[in-house]
Amino acid sequence: MSFSIKKEGEVVVVDVEGQLIVGNRQELKQKVLDELERGEKKFLIDFSQTGYIDSSGLGVLVSLSKKIREQGGELRLANLNDDLKTLFELTKLDTLFQIADTRERALQSF
Amino acid sequence: MSAAITNKVPPPGDDVRVVELEIPSDVRFIEDVVELIRHECEVMDFARGQIMLNVPVALSEALSNAILRGNGEDPAKHVHVRAEVDTKRLVVEVGDEGDGFDFDAPSADPTTPENLQREDGRGLFLMRALMDRVERVDGARGSVVRMTLNRE
Repeated sequence: MSFSIKKEGEVVVVDVEGQLIVGNRQELKQKVLDELERGEKKFLIDFSQTGYIDSSGLGVLVSLSKKIREQGGELRLANLNDDLKTLFELTKLDTLFQIADTRERALQSF
Repeated sequence: MSAAITNKVPPPGDDVRVVELEIPSDVRFIEDVVELIRHECEVMDFARGQIMLNVPVALSEALSNAILRGNGEDPAKHVHVRAEVDTKRLVVEVGDEGDGFDFDAPSADPTTPENLQREDGRGLFLMRALMDRVERVDGARGSVVRMTLNRE
């Protein structure tokens, strides 16, 4: 499980490869916060290569969303598979995040 | 981290698969335990969504509760896992060596507007939402959570 970060235009794109769970959530949080500190404002987290997410992974997404907003930035999520969609619907987090079906749509939505 | 994870019970046959193991109080072991048990569910032909969502998320929650809250990440304490899977259901027990956590305390609904932006408070909610039954049973050394999922 790992996270890769790259810049597409003005957007920082994070790919979550594998699981986002209690054992690695801090790594994701730190990577995004480092970019935020560098002055980046637009963030997209892409879940096309993600397995499952536990409650602490969801908690980190909520936390990052708040911190990015506080800095005047925006966060989008993209490419949730059916199981991840179900997870977001169960927790009603689909109402909290802006979620796009594809990376391209998410990038266009900024 | 898979070297330390060995199933104590070899598969007894095609009808029922049993996984029994213990792990140190370290969250890095969670993923391997989840893989082992969901593989058994796959062998027993559980529905894809159960293998990809219900089993891994609920089990991951139970394991992290036992490691972080039950055992307080004490390296001297272990987490004990026993899973029995057949073509009807998965019954998995996760036991710690501590006082467990306050399983029965009324917990706030994490889906209400006032709680939606909280970072925590979704673990037990997800276990209950993703399993058919979640209960606390008496364990020899500490607290045991038993979860049951009927095969779809």
